[in-house]
Amino acid sequence: MIAHRLTQLTLTIAACLGVAAPAWAGKTLEQIRQRDQIVCGVSTGVAGFSAADSQGKWTGMDVDVCRALAAAVLGSPDKVRYVPLAAPQRFTALQSGEVDLLSRNTTVTLSRDTTLGLSMTAVLLYDGQGFMVPAKLNLKSARQLKDATVCVQSGTTTEKNLSDYSRTHKLNLKPVVFEKIDAANAAYFAGRCKAYSTDASGLASIRSREAKNPKEHIILPELISKEPLGPMVRKGDDEWLAIVRWTVYGLIEAEEQGVRSDNLQKLLAESTDPVVMRLLGKGDDLGKALGLDKEWLLRALGSVGNYGEMFERHLGEKTPVGLKRGANNLWTQGGLLYALPLR
Amino acid sequence: MKSRWRAWFWQALLLVGVLAMLAWLLGNTLENMRSRGIQSGWDFLGQPVGFEIGETLIAYSPEDPFWRAFWVGLLNTLRVAVLGIVATTALGLLVALARLSEHPIAQGFARVYVEVFRNIPLLLQLLMLYVLLVEWMPDVDAPWQWGETLFWSKAGLVWGVEPEAVFTLSPEFLALWGGLTLYTSAYVAEVFRAGLQAVPQGQWHGAMSLGLTRGQALRSVILPQAMRVAVPPLTSQYLNLTKNSSLAVAIGYPDLVSVANTTMNQTGRAVECVAILMLVYLSLSLITAWAMNRYNQRVMAHVH
Repeated sequence: MIAHRLTQLTLTIAACLGVAAPAWAGKTLEQIRQRDQIVCGVSTGVAGFSAADSQGKWTGMDVDVCRALAAAVLGSPDKVRYVPLAAPQRFTALQSGEVDLLSRNTTVTLSRDTTLGLSMTAVLLYDGQGFMVPAKLNLKSARQLKDATVCVQSGTTTEKNLSDYSRTHKLNLKPVVFEKIDAANAAYFAGRCKAYSTDASGLASIRSREAKNPKEHIILPELISKEPLGPMVRKGDDEWLAIVRWTVYGLIEAEEQGVRSDNLQKLLAESTDPVVMRLLGKGDDLGKALGLDKEWLLRALGSVGNYGEMFERHLGEKTPVGLKRGANNLWTQGGLLYALPLR
Repeated sequence: MKSRWRAWFWQALLLVGVLAMLAWLLGNTLENMRSRGIQSGWDFLGQPVGFEIGETLIAYSPEDPFWRAFWVGLLNTLRVAVLGIVATTALGLLVALARLSEHPIAQGFARVYVEVFRNIPLLLQLLMLYVLLVEWMPDVDAPWQWGETLFWSKAGLVWGVEPEAVFTLSPEFLALWGGLTLYTSAYVAEVFRAGLQAVPQGQWHGAMSLGLTRGQALRSVILPQAMRVAVPPLTSQYLNLTKNSSLAVAIGYPDLVSVANTTMNQTGRAVECVAILMLVYLSLSLITAWAMNRYNQRVMAHVH
């Protein structure tokens, strides 16, 4: 803990003194090429988003964004170094240049976009804050949580939403705030709190990974906030921002156009659809505009698949996390995913 | 005369140098933050907080300004620090006496206690203690009860019935208080032991030959002399305990650091919040040291 705080302090000071100044002198891309590696800030372990297995191999939706970027920029999805960051440390780590991007189920809000010296790129997942409670309590709605103690993790948007909801509905919720997600999990599963609150996707992930018996816990239907999660980069390097943003859009657009990792080669050989050809680098050179080569998106898709594949692999109903596509379906399917046009 | 002036000159020069260095650091920091679009300033202290704090000693609501949230956090820090110092002193003295006693079991127990608690990292002890405590406590719907009003459950030790609970000790507070006490007592026991052993054996013999019992001799003759040796290192143990209370955030106790952490995240004012933390802990340490020095002077005056 002290070590973490020290890192945080050192990072802040380093950031402020300009010790690490060259790291973001506007040329993140050059830096990345020079070290032949993307440094990606991820969580300390949220199943489905970013979690390391026993061999230290990182997987998850957020991890796939890093892999797609590494494939697009450096030619191989494995050229990534993952830096696990606790919630309170993550912004400082990005500000100070310790990581190239934050791909760490992070909510974009007005104040984060404006006051932290960071920029949002694109929304990867539309989420909302929810509550998990033990099934044996037989609760049907979050409105029934009067005077409840709620376990939460600090350094997130969770605490404020919780207070807002509690005040609006006069629930007198009492938060118990932990710095590390592990401690919050342990306290909730030991029965310290009546409810656990964080993003609904996070709740599903925690339930799947940490509960002794996931069936003993239910997620209440109310979502009390909007939590658009997505990768963030430092302000002031528009070139890098564009690469991250359009790579995410590219993954979404590929799903809309029916481009998958398993039909990639076939489409490459046979497709005459100009939109598909553009995505695969056979039409206009989109890569050049981004400072990349023609086949940037082809490589990204080849290594992680399109958005739908990523979702089904890490978060979908066949995974332990078990999320429905819901709002995270394509706009053509009744969801909110609408990639700005790649042309 | 000349050499004194020269000494003054060099000291003044050093002071100017240090101040210039600080000014440069500060200016550079602000300049860099500005150029990176990171907002700074103290205006946030007056803005409404917007988040709830689980335990408060004074009235508090999320509509209050940030400075009040810091005040709530500081009071929580002080509560655990003061009670921790009291409990540590008592337990430490007890263990030291056990260690010096002639009972082999008490002696062995004290030795094991000191070695175990001194040599396991505090953070680990706190997390362990907290999880064990919460696991072991009975459910909130089936609390242990003494009389009509005292309850013991996963909500902690509660005196009174909700919503008019008069007095609550949360599991987070109990674990932090207990953990800090157990850990620091191991050091304090050694400090007392050193102090007691520094008193010559002749003092015991003299006191006993005057007809005092062992207990009386300890209280009126030995301890006052032992304190001369014990107070300075005891002071640093008290300071350690106060500073270590910042580990509270790991186990969910809303101390000053916990409030500052959340504030940092809500407002993005990391430098300001860290500055407040440093200033507060520095002040607490200086006040403790000052009080202990006063006490030490009294102890020394008594003895001579």
